[in-house]
Amino acid sequence: MSRSLKKGPFIDFKLEKKVNTMNDSKKKTVIKTWSRRSMIAPEFVGHTLAVHNGNKFIPVYVTENMVGHKLGEFAPTRSFRGHSGGKDKGSK
Amino acid sequence: MARIAGIDLPKNKRGEIGLTYIFGIGRSTAQQILTVSGIDLSKKVQEWNDDELTKIRTYINDNIKVEGGLRSEVQLNIKRLMDIGCYRGVRHRVGLPVRGQRTKNNCRTRKGKRKTVANKKKVTK
Repeated sequence: MSRSLKKGPFIDFKLEKKVNTMNDSKKKTVIKTWSRRSMIAPEFVGHTLAVHNGNKFIPVYVTENMVGHKLGEFAPTRSFRGHSGGKDKGSK
Repeated sequence: MARIAGIDLPKNKRGEIGLTYIFGIGRSTAQQILTVSGIDLSKKVQEWNDDELTKIRTYINDNIKVEGGLRSEVQLNIKRLMDIGCYRGVRHRVGLPVRGQRTKNNCRTRKGKRKTVANKKKVTK
């Protein structure tokens, strides 16, 4: 179910502040963040955010299309490499 | 023969049902179309006269996205998800369920026919 419109989008306050100060000073640095739950706001576009996936930080370059999604959607937490013994059957 | 949005509607079904043969129109949209154009819901498709047909056609043209246009819109939405590389897009790419269903078993619609992997031979000691 989607979030009530009355509340507005959720963005972690500290992250928003950091991005805003970066926008004001026209600097572009990679911001590390654990806040996977934050919505991507239009102000984020063009920045690179390093989103934590539980193990390490995944650099996410924010484009216009991503606005409205959550940061966590771009930093997958699982890595599935395929089942064992699927392909290498012929080698032995 | 009633032809709407490039689709031949079945002749001897009620209008409410017949309209649902168009991709993008279900029961409630069909009911809405017929009530707006002032046609009885239970009137058969073959009993519609030309006047009523044009009424239905114009209403669908102006207000509802159907068939090709709708299909391409859906495809575009999926393509957008895949291009931005978000979780839902990745799931579309690998052909697994997108909305968090379990994949330990079931979900055959997305995964397709079962691909059985041959059993590993047991080493006997």
